[in-house]
Amino acid sequence: MTESRSFDAGVKEYRDAGYWRPDYVPRDTDLLAAFRVTPQPDIAPEEVGAAIAAESSTGTWTTVWTDRLVDLDRYKGKCYRIEPVPGDPSQFFAFIAYDMDLFEEGSVANMASSIIGNVFGFKAVRALRLEDLRIPVAYMKTFHGPPHGIQVERDMLNKYGRPILGATIKPKLGMSAKNYGRAVYECLRGGLDFTKDDENINSQPFMRWRDRFSFVAEAIRKAEAETGERKGHYLNVTAPDVEQMLERAEYARQCSPIIMVDYLVVGFTSHQTLSNWCRRNGMLLHIHRAMHAVIDRQRNHGVHWRVLAKWCRMIGADHLHNGTVVGKLEGDRAATMAINDLLRDDFIAEDLSRGIYFDQSWASLPATFPVASGGIHVGHIPDLLEIFGDDTIFQFGGGTLGHPWGNAAGATANRVALDASVLARNEGRDLAAEGPDILAAAARHSPELRAALDTWQDVRFDKFETIDSLDLQEATK
Amino acid sequence: MTTPATMRLETFSYLPRLSDEQVARQVEHILRQGLVPAVEYTLEPGPRSVYWSMWGLPMFEVRSVEGVMAAMAACAEANPEGFVKLIGYDPRRQGQVASFVVHRPASYAGPG
Repeated sequence: MTESRSFDAGVKEYRDAGYWRPDYVPRDTDLLAAFRVTPQPDIAPEEVGAAIAAESSTGTWTTVWTDRLVDLDRYKGKCYRIEPVPGDPSQFFAFIAYDMDLFEEGSVANMASSIIGNVFGFKAVRALRLEDLRIPVAYMKTFHGPPHGIQVERDMLNKYGRPILGATIKPKLGMSAKNYGRAVYECLRGGLDFTKDDENINSQPFMRWRDRFSFVAEAIRKAEAETGERKGHYLNVTAPDVEQMLERAEYARQCSPIIMVDYLVVGFTSHQTLSNWCRRNGMLLHIHRAMHAVIDRQRNHGVHWRVLAKWCRMIGADHLHNGTVVGKLEGDRAATMAINDLLRDDFIAEDLSRGIYFDQSWASLPATFPVASGGIHVGHIPDLLEIFGDDTIFQFGGGTLGHPWGNAAGATANRVALDASVLARNEGRDLAAEGPDILAAAARHSPELRAALDTWQDVRFDKFETIDSLDLQEATK
Repeated sequence: MTTPATMRLETFSYLPRLSDEQVARQVEHILRQGLVPAVEYTLEPGPRSVYWSMWGLPMFEVRSVEGVMAAMAACAEANPEGFVKLIGYDPRRQGQVASFVVHRPASYAGPG
């Protein structure tokens, strides 16, 4: 062929290729992303920001002639702002706008393939973290969200004006199906609303799923008949393949009003299949976040939990585990509370002091119950109620099952402590200051609560510092 | 089967029976939140008993604790063998956000 000058072959600086656009005013229909960038040394922030915008949208490392067949300016990610990270000159924040048409409707899988795809292994960055996303209303409207949402779940289960109480059956692994059902029944008859499979209870040799589901169904039926209250157990349908997952869900319909899945482990696509199945079949969906800390715990690299949580509400969760603030698992208080708002509210305003980088409207998507789980017991209930409010699940484990008199007494202690705390809060009392007094007074008519308080009064988990603390309080706008 | 010895009635049913003063403070809380109070009653509470009978319409206009207390007392007097509950409706959420039983039949001996 003769030489062609129809396009400039070779490698260009990304910032000169239209990906660095400091003059660009994001549109209401753009999807916006905030990245924390740790660049390789000696590369200008604008060039790195532009490179990230390119690699997460239309760009590849060299120009190609077919670029000329596309309205590339429309589809290019646009890095429109660079901000320093307070107190850390080795990092900066890059804000990137993406045209909504880059993403398939209703697909978190597609969004993730672009925005957290190849770009995270890109050599121009030593580390990269997606801090937050602004989902435009028009795109949000292509998602169905939680199968039912907080208010419908309350109506289905007749539980109003208080948090919901659950407990995870322990030991995590090794129990037979009949013994497991016994542990469930004892918790439910004692006063819990829900019990739960642990994330790694699937269908192992010691307890096959159908046996577990059947005995749990009997435990729920009996506890409902005895107490006159609605009960449920999160039956874990996480399975080797989607067909088996749906087979388990199908059988669960006659066993419990609610099932659960480990959404990150099964993947966004199969989770959305299950979420849609739940909506069609009137089943509630509880979501465990196993594997999240692999992705979100390091401050410099990965995806912040607030993004994973937003995605989970979009593809559908009636319950989603979040931090406890007071328990054994990681979670900065301000950031945890902001994520609770992201799960429950319809509009959340930008607030850098809470780690919210963008205004976010949910366009009337149903709300998700945040689940406070991990290392909590009766002594935490006043604080948890004060911090989280009514629209929460308090998920105990040892804090119910470890009661010296057994599961039923542990469950009763939890319910008494909750009722007393709700009553006191509604009367205008200060739970943070008066919590111990409120519980001590309630324990005078509840030996179960008295024994629980004597067992756990002094157990706290605040001796470790949070690894991923917020550093944005002073961040510039 | 449900027996009075094991039966519970959801929110506040794990506490000793509330006194009139305690109920009044909860009514005050419901009104302060801007909720619409309503009274319902039934002879048969239970896990599948969704629609209890309404004691009139929700009290859209009643904004006094005394007015709500009087409605609950009248409902209990007219239904001595019934259960009576107080509800708080939130029109913005389009649902109930408060609900607890305020009256049980004299013959009822359950813990909750």
